[in-house]
Amino acid sequence: MAAGVAAWLPFARAAAIGWMPVANLPMPVAPTNKTKHQDELIILNVSGRRFQTWRNTLDRYPDTLLGSSEKEFFFNEETREYFFDRDPDVFRSILNFYRTGKLHYPRYECISAYDEELAFFGIIPEIISDCCYEEYKDRKRENMERLMDDLEDNKDSKLPNMTFRETMWRAFENPHTSTMALVFYYVTGFFIAISVITNVVETVPCGSMPNQRDIPCGERYTEAFFCMDTACVMIFTVEYLMRLFAAPSRYRFMRSVMSIIDVVAILPYYIGLVMTNNEDVSGAFVTLRVFRVFRIFKFSRHSQGLRILGYTLKSCASELGFLLFSLTMAIIIFATVMFYAEKGSSSSKFTSIPASFWYTIVTMTTLGYGDMVPKTIAGKIFGSICSLSGVLVIALPVPVIVSNFSRIYHQNQRADKRRAQKVQKARLARMRISKSGSSTACLHSKRNGLNQSLELTGSLEEDQQMKKATSLLESQHHHLLHCLEKTTNHEFVDERLYEQGYLQTALQNFPSRSPSLSSEEGITGTCCSRRTKKNTQPLSATHTHSHTHNLQELSALHIQCGEQQPLNTSRSSLNLMSDESGSLNCKSSGLVTTAIISIPTPPSNNSRASPDAPPPPNPDAPPLPNPGTDVVKISAL
Amino acid sequence: MLYPFPSLLSCPVLSETQLISVTHLFPGAPLPSLPHALSLTDSTDSDLELAMVRHQPEGLEQLQAQTKFTRKELQSLYRGFKNECPSGLVDEETFKLIYSQFFPQGDATTYAHFLFNAFDMDRNGSIRFEDFVIGLSVLLRGSVTEKLRWAFNLYDINKDGYITKEEMLAIMKSIYDMMGRYTFPSVKDDAALEHVEKFFQKMDRNRDGVVTIDEFIETCQTDENIMSSMQLFENVI
Repeated sequence: MAAGVAAWLPFARAAAIGWMPVANLPMPVAPTNKTKHQDELIILNVSGRRFQTWRNTLDRYPDTLLGSSEKEFFFNEETREYFFDRDPDVFRSILNFYRTGKLHYPRYECISAYDEELAFFGIIPEIISDCCYEEYKDRKRENMERLMDDLEDNKDSKLPNMTFRETMWRAFENPHTSTMALVFYYVTGFFIAISVITNVVETVPCGSMPNQRDIPCGERYTEAFFCMDTACVMIFTVEYLMRLFAAPSRYRFMRSVMSIIDVVAILPYYIGLVMTNNEDVSGAFVTLRVFRVFRIFKFSRHSQGLRILGYTLKSCASELGFLLFSLTMAIIIFATVMFYAEKGSSSSKFTSIPASFWYTIVTMTTLGYGDMVPKTIAGKIFGSICSLSGVLVIALPVPVIVSNFSRIYHQNQRADKRRAQKVQKARLARMRISKSGSSTACLHSKRNGLNQSLELTGSLEEDQQMKKATSLLESQHHHLLHCLEKTTNHEFVDERLYEQGYLQTALQNFPSRSPSLSSEEGITGTCCSRRTKKNTQPLSATHTHSHTHNLQELSALHIQCGEQQPLNTSRSSLNLMSDESGSLNCKSSGLVTTAIISIPTPPSNNSRASPDAPPPPNPDAPPLPNPGTDVVKISAL
Repeated sequence: MLYPFPSLLSCPVLSETQLISVTHLFPGAPLPSLPHALSLTDSTDSDLELAMVRHQPEGLEQLQAQTKFTRKELQSLYRGFKNECPSGLVDEETFKLIYSQFFPQGDATTYAHFLFNAFDMDRNGSIRFEDFVIGLSVLLRGSVTEKLRWAFNLYDINKDGYITKEEMLAIMKSIYDMMGRYTFPSVKDDAALEHVEKFFQKMDRNRDGVVTIDEFIETCQTDENIMSSMQLFENVI
């Protein structure tokens, strides 16, 4: 209940007089205001700055420091005021929370200082109102990351007991942790460069033998190049095997992109070794050499920028896809048009539509090689339209990709979408909690109150604890809701329990009058005796069962056992102990008995034969039936 | 109560609002015992967006005379009232909103509508602090007869002096609406009707299909439950 409308509670209670003539049941007793003191001002002295407020204002939130008796520890007898040696600026926000019911986070405050003050005064940060919550969460996250970074830096220096394997893995991932790792890092980088340069130089024509043809260096110095290649591949293989050994999860490592690149880089060599100079496969072998260029991708381990570029392309997949799609459409359209336009002219290069594709692409990207040019007037007109539209089509998606890259680059791969989704989910969760909080609080205390009055809870300390938890305001509110229940002769129940009960009544086949509670309790007492032991403690709203799938099982089983009901469930058998319920020939142990309970039983069946049922609430006791417990017993199956 | 200038609060546009001109009080004047000079003029065109609509209640002494509350109680009530409604007037939407917060599981808007009409005695679409306090005074400090009269006034929707079955059914439905869906046992469709039948059986002495104020008060005075529950909220303030 919002603090702001706490002032209207007396009005709501007074208006409840409108229900009185309509109600047929007597009303519950109102909670009395024991400490009936007039509203008085209290002075809060926070490091010299004096704040004053009404005592009632602070009492709105009894589970915080200021709202509970905890503030008495800070009471200064001489000056008759409460003294807190804390930050007065932050205290302003905290006191405003009591006044308006909304907690705001001032932007100029340091996040850790604010958190400390909130923790001191017993206020949870989740109730920061929506206007300031985003800001708070952002600052908190940044702070967390800063702490994590600090932690990681500290972590790198220590860690005495790491296995050799873990040390190696850490050395591979963070080269600056040790000098050996750094050396290894640079050596591999050097060899990648060597390998790439070798591949390139291999094809350069160098020198000429006395015969007329220029041959590439690779064929002239075959031995040298072969040795170079072998050395590089050796290094790469050793590196790959070492990484594979050190990886914490080998399967995951083998699936990662970098390791695939490594494998692709060294595989051609081995395949080349295996394959001899067989004429048939040498052609394929030559194409395999192309894959050696993949070694250049190994540099991405050494360069952060490369990785970000790769990530950008991955994240802009939709924009790239759109670009590709629109280009393809335009190419096909213009190629067709150009083909038919140039069909008439003689010696035209536009021999078919696919042949025109090349012209269209070259024109749209404004390359204009000039190997294919239109000769007819129509062809030239359409050609110019093609080049103009090409500029547009390409210019549109490109800025999107560029801005994506810059964004990702600056934020260092933090995904905005992921953050927004998490915040959205958390926000929805908070709203749900606050909405259901008031109703569940009432149900909580209702059950607690009932349990107290019927003495189901054993220990006295638990009672006292529960009494402390509900403030006068809350107890008055609950009394109001209780009066409404009396007026309409129905009870509030939790949503989940309602679904259980609903299913039960749906299965029932007798006209529902006001249920004879004694008989119901009796039955539940007997048939569920095994299970009801669990329910003696104060019922909390958090049941551990998943009701939905239980419900389905219930309905299924009822159908199964439907025929057996009239025969086996005589009055006597209902009083059987639950372990005899097996005689009813339904296999599952407690679920069946729910179906049986729904049979109309004569109200005279009051006997609760099973001695080991926990003392069920005495139905002759105060006219508070305990249907909450009943329903829970059923659903406990 | 010194109010130097009307504040430019953004208030909800009220449907039949009264343009209020504050004609007074230089700061420094003594606390008035006379009512404020409020000139209440009915606004002829309700389309006019009123940037500032405010209502100041009558003086404390005046209200003390009209109600049975003490000075301190009135002060405390006004503080709470003003906190929720800074403009000094409660319109029906705000009223429904406030009342619904007390009944999170159900839908309290219909009952709040009837309550609003019961409090808004001059039927102008908004509750001033005076209406609020006078109503509360009857409910909390009035005699049992006065409370019963108030309840009768609540049930009698068209204020013609008779409670018909339709009126009672509407009231009953609104009360059951406040319970919401999740109740035990489940609220059936004819629960309200049944309840109304029982009520009429009890109250309608001469079986003419309507309940008059005399029948109502007489019947309630003979019913112990009702009499005791009327005294329930004596110590609310």
